[in-house]
Amino acid sequence: MSRVIVHFSRRYHFSAAHRLHVDALSEEENRRTFGKCNNPFGHGHNYVVEVTLSGPVDAVTGMVVNLSDLDLFAQREVLDLFDHANLNTLEAFRDRVTTTENVSVEMWSIFSQFAESKEYPQVRLERIAIEETGNNSFEYFGEGAGEAAFSS
Amino acid sequence: MILLTRKADFSAAHFYWNPAWSEEENVRVFGKCANRQGHGHNYTLEVTVAGEIDAVSGFVVDLKQLKDILEREVVSVYDHRHLNFEVPEFEHTIPTTENIAVAIWRRLEGKIEHAKLHRVRVYEMPDLFADFYGEGA
Repeated sequence: MSRVIVHFSRRYHFSAAHRLHVDALSEEENRRTFGKCNNPFGHGHNYVVEVTLSGPVDAVTGMVVNLSDLDLFAQREVLDLFDHANLNTLEAFRDRVTTTENVSVEMWSIFSQFAESKEYPQVRLERIAIEETGNNSFEYFGEGAGEAAFSS
Repeated sequence: MILLTRKADFSAAHFYWNPAWSEEENVRVFGKCANRQGHGHNYTLEVTVAGEIDAVSGFVVDLKQLKDILEREVVSVYDHRHLNFEVPEFEHTIPTTENIAVAIWRRLEGKIEHAKLHRVRVYEMPDLFADFYGEGA
């Protein structure tokens, strides 16, 4: 196994609806906090998720990960659930506001499963970046991942 | 310290094939990339260098010089070529995006005056890219 470490990134696109709303806050507080994102009927975005994995370049295949494995995983674990869905209806967001910050943390949790799979023991998840629109984006490097506290 | 990035484009053909494997195994692992007629991409190269701002010129590096180095060391060798057949480093190494990033790092390292090579990023497509920071180069 080569010790040359390369970071490999892939972008995935999905379109989804959401509404920023916290049941524990009053209607007025929700409106004040979330503004037009609190519109009761929801609204939507074309999201882009950028996943970065690092690992040694396999001396035989020349790859860090096989793109088709990653694409199949992303299709099954992310796109089938998130694309053309309402994020507020997903199990992962039952107790969490569907801000893109929280979507980033959820994506970290999902792609961690790929990085921890038996096929790629030396691959690490480095970064999740999500563009909610062309003008705002979020990056998450896994700090504090797995801490239950943030969801409450 | 300032990071400065310069882009360059090249278009090239390639395919993925391990000669030690059967055709069936190559197709299983590499899918349509194993087509030995080759296929091609418009690659985008982003080279990031790290350095200090020169008090006189206000530059980290002279961008014209950096552009010329990218042209001489990479673009003139890779552009409108078949990577498997015409670029020596891929004679025995599969030209995956990962390996291209490492190869370009090796071509550029030590050639840029007054700045340190920080990152080589190669986009095979807008949604797929590899970054190399020189680890293990």
